[in-house]
Amino acid sequence: MDSLLNPDRPPVFCPGCSHERSVHVLDRALQSMGFVGSEVAIVSDIGCSGLFDTFFNTHAFHGLHGRALTYAAGIKLARPNLKVIVTMGDGGLGIGGGHLLAACRRNLDLTLLVLNNFNFGMTGGQFSCTTPEKASVSSSFLNALEKPFDLCHVAACAGAPFVARSSVYRKDLSELLKEAISFGGFAIVDIWGGCPARYMKKNPLSPKEIEEAMGKLPAYKGVVSANVRREYSGHYRQAAAKERAKDPWQGIEPIFEPAVKERREVVFLGSAGQRVITAGGLLARAALLGGMNVSQKNDFHITVMRGPSVTELILSPQPITYSGVEQPRVIIALAHEGVRRCWGLFEKMKKGGRIILAAGVEVPSTAGQILEVDFKAAGIKKKEMALAACFLLARDGDPITPEMFEEALKGSFQGKRLEEARLVLEKAATIPPFEGST
Amino acid sequence: MGLHFIDGNQAVAMGALYGGCNFFASYPITPASTLLSAMLDTLPAAGGIVLQGEDEIASIGYCLGASMAGMKVMTATSGPGLSLYSENISFAIAGEIPIVIVNIMRQGPSTGSATRGADSDVQFMRWGCSGGLPVIVLAPADVGDCFTLTVHAFNLAEHFRCPVFVASNKEIGMTSQTVDMDRVEKPPIIDRTLHESGLFLPFHVNPGEDVPSFLPIGGPILVRQTSSTHGQDGYITTDPSEIQAGVERLQRKIEANRESFSYFDLEERKGARTLLVAYGITAGAARAAASELFAQQNVPISVLVLKTLWPVPEHVLLRAAEGMERILVVEMNLGQYIQEVRRVLCNQRVDFYGKMSGQLISPGEITEEVMGG
Repeated sequence: MDSLLNPDRPPVFCPGCSHERSVHVLDRALQSMGFVGSEVAIVSDIGCSGLFDTFFNTHAFHGLHGRALTYAAGIKLARPNLKVIVTMGDGGLGIGGGHLLAACRRNLDLTLLVLNNFNFGMTGGQFSCTTPEKASVSSSFLNALEKPFDLCHVAACAGAPFVARSSVYRKDLSELLKEAISFGGFAIVDIWGGCPARYMKKNPLSPKEIEEAMGKLPAYKGVVSANVRREYSGHYRQAAAKERAKDPWQGIEPIFEPAVKERREVVFLGSAGQRVITAGGLLARAALLGGMNVSQKNDFHITVMRGPSVTELILSPQPITYSGVEQPRVIIALAHEGVRRCWGLFEKMKKGGRIILAAGVEVPSTAGQILEVDFKAAGIKKKEMALAACFLLARDGDPITPEMFEEALKGSFQGKRLEEARLVLEKAATIPPFEGST
Repeated sequence: MGLHFIDGNQAVAMGALYGGCNFFASYPITPASTLLSAMLDTLPAAGGIVLQGEDEIASIGYCLGASMAGMKVMTATSGPGLSLYSENISFAIAGEIPIVIVNIMRQGPSTGSATRGADSDVQFMRWGCSGGLPVIVLAPADVGDCFTLTVHAFNLAEHFRCPVFVASNKEIGMTSQTVDMDRVEKPPIIDRTLHESGLFLPFHVNPGEDVPSFLPIGGPILVRQTSSTHGQDGYITTDPSEIQAGVERLQRKIEANRESFSYFDLEERKGARTLLVAYGITAGAARAAASELFAQQNVPISVLVLKTLWPVPEHVLLRAAEGMERILVVEMNLGQYIQEVRRVLCNQRVDFYGKMSGQLISPGEITEEVMGG
């Protein structure tokens, strides 16, 4: 097969740079595997390793420092049959360390060649994550304070199924690259070489010295059997093919007349875990079944099972332009946390407003009518209080009717959850109504 | 088919699917993570790919790779994640890589309040990456807009080969509203223009055009992509005149065409001397305030709701502000877009009302501001 090198763009590495050797070894490996340029993409990022893609007549993608693995993953997932080879330096590896770990864990069929020359060549010879502590580099004493990492060890620990380390000078490097490229999963080859322009000026690094240094580390020769598993892209496609589109976005046809003709603002004031947002959704669904426009705006802290949980609903025969509650018609006060967050809301309530108040929860004075409910005495747990409160509203026929509520309940809950809900409603039916309600 | 009761993030997902999205990657962040869930609920089953990245940098990186391999890509985040997108946004500009970026804005600065809305990033989206070249930013005002503008965002990203933002807000993204999907505008789908014949140079632009035609990485013809300053062949160039022509084209292709995608609603009232300018979640409050003022006090106020924020639709602002004595810009921050309005309407009185407390601006506050001025 022909060389994949671009005759118009010969390598421009410094004289004596080991990267130039890597370019030719990679070309030999690709040639002997019979690839043509359009079957290969070389993805590179910043630094001298980032020049690789320009020397090859293949698809090429050159991006930001340390991010080559991310671009390569996107390309590979989009084009599973393309051979995607990533080149990074030890610099890119350091800045993109999280991407390396993710690539090892994910096991997408990519080949990563790390052109490890123990320093940042382009920017002036600063230390990288692989610079030995004893090396003399342009970062003054800083590298002496940090331990270099063994990237093969890291990759193997992170789950890479193919990990190899080699000197750029080894005669069998081309064979090793062939093995890595043909491996059906994430393969990483840590290629050690020298940077004559920067590193080697103060740190002698002959082929023999590279071998000696490598000899002090555990050998990695390729397949890490404990990490061998299914390749991500194929696995993804197989798993995705079993997915059935959940269509949560069905429209809801109105089957009832609206229960009320005016806009209603309903606020649930609870605490996290009280399912107030779910109950609000149920009320919303019921109102939709009555042909009303609805908005539901939620307010909660980032703590999942602690803190206030507030849901504000507007139910209106007219379109809703502003989704904030300005004058609540109903407040369902179930927990101190929610009440405290919306203390001022009670002042805004006008005569005719109603409050369902869980016993023991303190609220400010208000013009609204209060129905204090001892949910606990009725056998209703904290997390079911909001559901029970919806039932109480429906029982009063404002802003929804019992029929709408029943229909919404069947639409929202199934199986065991529906049975549980019905038990709650039976208990809620024992709660006395608002004074003056029918 | 009845009304849908969905939140803005679900509507963005619906718009994305409608618009042809087949690759989505994002990193979980409130209030954008429900969009990741919505995409997972639908896209894999539709044959597309959804990835949860190890961080935001990776998420947008996956998208850029996939886009160059021919997929229609989207990512979603909020302020802190947008900060991490920066380097790859400028790459998408430089490399002319189509991508839709959904920014569900939350209260800032910094990690701010994860669960409270604000329009924190209105200038940041435009200026938050190196090079200072333009991007397109669309701002939905409600759930229906989330659908329509996401479709537009895909169309614009494909047509102009550039990043396009959908600038939503927690209070739209995570607030459910009834919406009649049968009546929501569904723009026709536009895909990127493919190179058809002759020598392919990845950044070659035909005479009279400003956008290079596309071929995917991985096809039979070799494609080069690079974040470095390049000539039309996709190799680094050091020629100053070629560099200058390149960056000018990147600016021109967006800015010279702005009138074709300046989306807005202008609610004009006869005799109005005040114009309210709003966008995003605050648009609803501005509209409600104007109707209240007219209905209750017979005060006519016009309302301009901007749905394209960047490039600034200057002609729309100039036309809407014609003859107005006062322009009041209302936004959920301490005054960001007003800088643009003041720049464009430099001979008129332009006032500001806004806050970034995590609470919505109410119609009452706007009314007070209008009458108090």
